[in-house]
Amino acid sequence: MSDLHAPARDDADVMIRLEGVSKRFPHAGADAVRPLDMSIRRGEFVVLVGPSGCGKTTTLRMINRLIEPSGGRILIDGKDAAAADPDQLRRGIGYVIQQVGLIPHMTIAQNIGLVPGMLGWDRTRIAARVDELLHLVGLDPEEYRRRYPKQLSGGQQQRVGVARALAADPPVMLMDEPFGAIDPITRDRLQEELLQLQQRIRKTIVFVTHDIDEALRLGDRIAIFAEGSRLAQFDTPLEILANPADDFVRSFIGERAAIRRLSLLRMSDLPAAPGPESAAGSVVPAAPEETVAAVLDRMLAAGAERVEVAGGTSFSVQQMLFAATHGRQLHDGRGAQ
Amino acid sequence: MNFFAYVAQHWERIAFLLFQHVQVVLIAVLIATALALALTAATERTPRLRGGLLSLTGTLLTIPSFALFGLLIPLFGLGVTPTILALTVYAVFPIFRNAVTGLDSVDPGVVDAARGMGMGATARMLRVRLPLAWPVILNGIRVATIMVVATAAIGAAVNGPGLGELIFRGLARMGGANALNEALSGVVAIVIVAAVLDLMFIVIRTLTTPRGLHV
Repeated sequence: MSDLHAPARDDADVMIRLEGVSKRFPHAGADAVRPLDMSIRRGEFVVLVGPSGCGKTTTLRMINRLIEPSGGRILIDGKDAAAADPDQLRRGIGYVIQQVGLIPHMTIAQNIGLVPGMLGWDRTRIAARVDELLHLVGLDPEEYRRRYPKQLSGGQQQRVGVARALAADPPVMLMDEPFGAIDPITRDRLQEELLQLQQRIRKTIVFVTHDIDEALRLGDRIAIFAEGSRLAQFDTPLEILANPADDFVRSFIGERAAIRRLSLLRMSDLPAAPGPESAAGSVVPAAPEETVAAVLDRMLAAGAERVEVAGGTSFSVQQMLFAATHGRQLHDGRGAQ
Repeated sequence: MNFFAYVAQHWERIAFLLFQHVQVVLIAVLIATALALALTAATERTPRLRGGLLSLTGTLLTIPSFALFGLLIPLFGLGVTPTILALTVYAVFPIFRNAVTGLDSVDPGVVDAARGMGMGATARMLRVRLPLAWPVILNGIRVATIMVVATAAIGAAVNGPGLGELIFRGLARMGGANALNEALSGVVAIVIVAAVLDLMFIVIRTLTTPRGLHV
């Protein structure tokens, strides 16, 4: 087992810790969230996924106290969230929601500058930060900062939503189905951009979705919730696909788990093959960061026998698939880098 | 004497009463606006009380105005006070109703995002909810104003100020010299006041609606 499965070795590594956190709404017969323990590491991208009503959004909203827990304790960077002033706490946590929630009568720049303004930054610093963030999310500041939310497309609005959440450079970002209302093509691009952004900024992200494919694509680790707010499995995407904890997880991730694993595995994740068998047949070049599925697709399309990964390793189709399905050390996946 | 000659001759008196009329209406609407917004804010967390107060203020509207003015005489006597009071009673409901509707119609996602960013309740109300609800609230004020312009004429029954005096006096001595002209001048002046105030509200709406809402 990789070290990802072990509890974090020291507390300095943990950004968000839930200790027996539960929620029961007034007049409700059952807990919306049953006592839940989770540790989320600094810089980790964790996705909470599950069917509707499983308590994933409630869990997210308890972290910035938009919902107050009924029991248990939430520690953010070692500090008890319940001890802080809720507004102060929220100013230090980025928050992105499905409805985006840009304030319609404020310009894009004013929207992004909201939290810095509340924190008392001066105007020039806010203006510089707004331009920096618009750049970061791929919108030209000259063109967009004076516009109003209604003048932007849904995808552009959510980019601004992300920029707004990042405005005061919070260490933690909470994202509640941020791409849920966006068309599939734009969603795909926004997911890719979010991954690239995360490579650079390394925030601790808690992301809620009901879409398992989105979860597998984005998460360093995925927490799968079952009905009745049972945490069915909390692990890396590769481990979940390879070893689903129970029938619920198995049915939730759906069919062709082994094939889908290939689109998460990178060529660099594969253990070295025992050298070329023969030099016969055509060869396809590949980069280490390419996924096994993408490379396999190219090999099949080109009728190639072998692939050569930049840096030296070389596989036949068979060797590649064998390495992808049998290498135990593979389960580290992306999260272990 | 024809109507226009009558108006030309009594121009000063008509203008004076018109000014009084507008004054009484605006004072009543101003008080009603403050009252309605206070009721809206105070019942933010008590939806059942709010529902009850909406029904109550709505019911007050159904009291015939002549009766309401009359009923206020034993309590407040004659003149300006009962007039303004009665008009305020009528003006509260449309403003209260629209303030509630306007605030309820603000996109909950916008409010949730503001709260999630650490904006406190007061700031959310002043910087987010009120500006977004404003066009609807303003329309409530406009409806209340136009309504009260007409009702204010009845104020003359309790010796209140305004154009009602022309109508009541004219009607009382119907058949006498210029009686019809006098009553008619009051009616026409009221229609003009209503139209001008309505126009004023269109200008106010254009000037005060946040730009981002009508891009």
